[in-house]
Amino acid sequence: MPDATFLDSTELVLNMGPQHPSTHGVLRVILKLDGEKVMGTECVIGYLHRGVEKLGENRTYQQFAPYVDRMDYVAAVSNGLGYCLAIEKLLNIEAPPRAQVTRVILTELNRIASHLLWLGTHALDIGAITPVFYCFREREEVLKIFENYCGARLTTHAFRIGGLQYELYDGFEEQVKTFCDMFLPKVDEYEELLTNNRIWVGRLKGVGILSGDECKDFGVTGPVLRAAGVKWDLRKAQPYSGYEQYDFEIPTGENGDTYDRYLVRMEEMRQSVRIIRQAVEKIPTGPIGKTPKVIKPATGEAYVSIEAPKGELGYFVVSDNSTQPYRLRVRPPSFVNLQALDRMVRGGLVADVVAIIGTLDIVLGEVDR
Amino acid sequence: MAATPWEGELPAQLKQRFGNQITEYATYLGQNFIVAKPDAVIPMLEFLKLEADFDYLVDVTAVDYPKRAERFDLIYILYSFARNERIRIKTMIVDGAQPATSVNVHVGANWLEREVFDMFGIQFAGHPDMRRILMPEEWEGFPLRKENSIIKQDDRWVRENLGIESGQ
Repeated sequence: MPDATFLDSTELVLNMGPQHPSTHGVLRVILKLDGEKVMGTECVIGYLHRGVEKLGENRTYQQFAPYVDRMDYVAAVSNGLGYCLAIEKLLNIEAPPRAQVTRVILTELNRIASHLLWLGTHALDIGAITPVFYCFREREEVLKIFENYCGARLTTHAFRIGGLQYELYDGFEEQVKTFCDMFLPKVDEYEELLTNNRIWVGRLKGVGILSGDECKDFGVTGPVLRAAGVKWDLRKAQPYSGYEQYDFEIPTGENGDTYDRYLVRMEEMRQSVRIIRQAVEKIPTGPIGKTPKVIKPATGEAYVSIEAPKGELGYFVVSDNSTQPYRLRVRPPSFVNLQALDRMVRGGLVADVVAIIGTLDIVLGEVDR
Repeated sequence: MAATPWEGELPAQLKQRFGNQITEYATYLGQNFIVAKPDAVIPMLEFLKLEADFDYLVDVTAVDYPKRAERFDLIYILYSFARNERIRIKTMIVDGAQPATSVNVHVGANWLEREVFDMFGIQFAGHPDMRRILMPEEWEGFPLRKENSIIKQDDRWVRENLGIESGQ
């Protein structure tokens, strides 16, 4: 916490959070202001720290799987996929094709759900009340698919190490296809509300610029990096779960501002639909994989990462040939991305801080773990 | 399956530049890593960033081996956009050692190193802001050290700040 003695008479310290609706959880940002201008910030995090990495060392590989859902709780399926892939890598096994295609469908649906939540709350922060209702209406359809598949809506624990727990339910394909057909026009509808809206453009354009080089410096990934013009997506760069079979584009922006990040995420939702449509057409028949009864990976370490909705989500797992991980490190995209907040808001206006926290799309459950 | 030696252009380059400061070049499960002496890490990060395009520091983390003389493994994970390649640098340090910070090479290391300090008590020399990041600032003990069991907590802190005898 900055000490009051170094302040000029014109400067003011303002606490934003930890209980502030637009911090998307319990984030405290200490702002140093000169009038309306932000001179510096400091983030205070850790309010949601639950010691997930410590828990990982004290649970068996199977037992820990549900915990990962509680980190980024709006994209639980992605968390689960990353974890399963990491342990599968250590075991040197691969999920059967049917499981892989199903995983892709559910993960992409989750990406849509996560982006919808981002869009709704981001618009709400800036003062557009309507989009959040539209977004939650469509997000509900995704959650219904999850509920039908595994009984849970948010913390799904949908995947198991080595494949899937549940066979697909009857009518899964139809429900997913219906969702895709219904959803694409809805994205246009959101865009109609916002993209050329003068207030929206005014609040977003040129705000919170982060260039590609700065992103790389900070290790910022995901839509924030792509909006700065870096065409990089782990699904293309280092494909996993058979992403190389699908035809899709990586949307990029040019200016690296909040408006470009908005456009990138909107396009990502369309691309996700494109992937889901291809995947649902060719779900192979066959086994869905069997979880090994005892998981005891050989001594060694592996780092596996996936493109989560928020950026690169990595798991670094050290095995000592026992049933529990010796060390389980989670590389959370939100934590790393949040670090760039200071660079993005410095010199801007205090009202833009809210817009920039929204555009970073952080989930505090993942920042604090 | 054990780690196999890693051969190629990059290890050869590194060998030429750093010689016996790197003790191992290995590949495990298709992932390359090198084991280096602590003093060599920062020059190596610089070299990899400037001459080999490893411009993205993915993660900094540690692993605790309490029975070993050099207690901690310090791990740097790097990625190169240009080469689409990952590499891990591993170094071993004793308890109480103060490895140099990598913030001057990769700005993003700031919070990552703070988290390593918070969880393991490894101080980074030259770090601009070496404080706890996730745990409360007055908390005593470092949660991810192996001697702390999963229910271990700072009783004094819990009593004084939460007004209860135990958080368990």
